[in-house]
Amino acid sequence: MKEIERPTRNNLEGIGGWLNPSRYGWERISYWFQRLTGVFLLVYFIGHVYETSTIVNGQNAWESFLELTQTLWGHLFLIMVIGASTFHSANGIRLIFTHAGIGLGTPGRPDYPYNPASLNYRQKSGIWIALILAAAAMFYGFNVLFGV
Amino acid sequence: MNNTAIDNKNEQKITLKVYRENRGQDSGSHHDTFEVPYKKWTTVLDALLFVKSYMDPSVAIRYSCRMASCGSCGMKINGVPKLACYTKISELETSTIECEPLPNFPIIRDLVTDFSRFFNHHKSMQPYIQTNDSTEVDTNKGTFSFYQSPEDVDKYLQFSYCIKCGLCYSACPTVGTDLNFPGPQALAQQYRYFADTRDESKKRLDIVDDRHGIWRCHFAGSCSKVCPKGVDPALGIQLLRSYMLGISKNDKIPAKKIEINDDDNNNNSSKI
Ligand code: HEM
Ligand code: SF4
Ligand code: FES
Repeated sequence: MKEIERPTRNNLEGIGGWLNPSRYGWERISYWFQRLTGVFLLVYFIGHVYETSTIVNGQNAWESFLELTQTLWGHLFLIMVIGASTFHSANGIRLIFTHAGIGLGTPGRPDYPYNPASLNYRQKSGIWIALILAAAAMFYGFNVLFGV
Repeated sequence: MNNTAIDNKNEQKITLKVYRENRGQDSGSHHDTFEVPYKKWTTVLDALLFVKSYMDPSVAIRYSCRMASCGSCGMKINGVPKLACYTKISELETSTIECEPLPNFPIIRDLVTDFSRFFNHHKSMQPYIQTNDSTEVDTNKGTFSFYQSPEDVDKYLQFSYCIKCGLCYSACPTVGTDLNFPGPQALAQQYRYFADTRDESKKRLDIVDDRHGIWRCHFAGSCSKVCPKGVDPALGIQLLRSYMLGISKNDKIPAKKIEINDDDNNNNSSKI
């Protein structure tokens, strides 16, 4: 029987797969958040280079650009940057170790209910700590920017 | 006493929502729903077989062992890849169970998917023991076996429990966007042979050192989360990468060969 070709032929999860982190526990959330914050930081970084480059057009251009960060949305954006960079660095350091096989435990003899060694509580705690640090940094940033 | 499951008035029922599609006919896809009686111990596979027996024989499923050994009944159950024979309806705690084909595998019909690409990735890892020693295969020179201590065995044993069910391949976000990525199953098997003291292949690290190879693993851990056999492919991948990065040093001591002497006059003379 001739098979009918369709774009869905490969039945791939695609980008939708990593945009939905809800199904596979904390490690998948960490993966999703690392990417999300990474892409966000990249956008920020490009904007930041553009912002600092306005100095070549003189002090007025520089100051008028800086004004943008003094608005409500500018403040909120900066708080997001603070949170994203804190999570990304803290979790990034955890990932550097895991990618090198450190902190994951050793292979053994699996037994029901088969709790995988690599998804251990050291790793989960690392993710939680990165999230808590990010929340704390955002809270601090909020107080500095909006505090009286 | 009425013993037939179908007539029992007090029977609990579950709604199965089953994905239907036939690649041979360009009729698109839809879901069919079935009300199926179940008990505490009924598995999703049992329920699907009930559907096939009494409601709609055309529902296509693949299964064999019914005991999480053959790896053929993998499907997406309520959004997560699981073995249908290893998933009890009662433990899902939902009133509707959605059964769909495994993502990242081409659909053949209904819940049956095509494993060719998955198996090809597995094969490309050269998943067999390679040794340079010709005496091992030379029957004229006697029979040999390799000595491995329990510690040697523990290094790879759990990875050898893989049943090639494809659940990890289906859960992996990298596979979902890159078909050339070997996937967690294949990469974990590469580690399985790499860690085996009987294997002498020097090519194992090179095979996975590719633009689409091991470096595409971001340790999302979903493979290990869904694996029904405790293989923990994510662990195998990170341990293998540790060797590639030079963090772990390959100090594997080749397994010693033991000559098995089957000479009758000399039958306790196994020597190391
Ligand atoms: C302290 C600084 C940083 C550390 C320790 C760090 C570390 C990491 C690590 C370990 C990953 C995960 C790689 C993987 O999953 O395989 C990652 C991902 C990423 N990082 Fe960073 N990073 C840092 C700063 C930045 C900055 C400043 C940017 C943007 C300009 C950035 C952009 C990204 C992006 C886009 C990803 C996603 C790629 C992926 O999912 O693998 N990172 N980072
Ligand atoms: S590693 Fe686990 S989930 Fe993946 S194919 Fe093997 S048994 Fe299935
Ligand atoms: S039928 Fe064999 S693994 Fe489920």
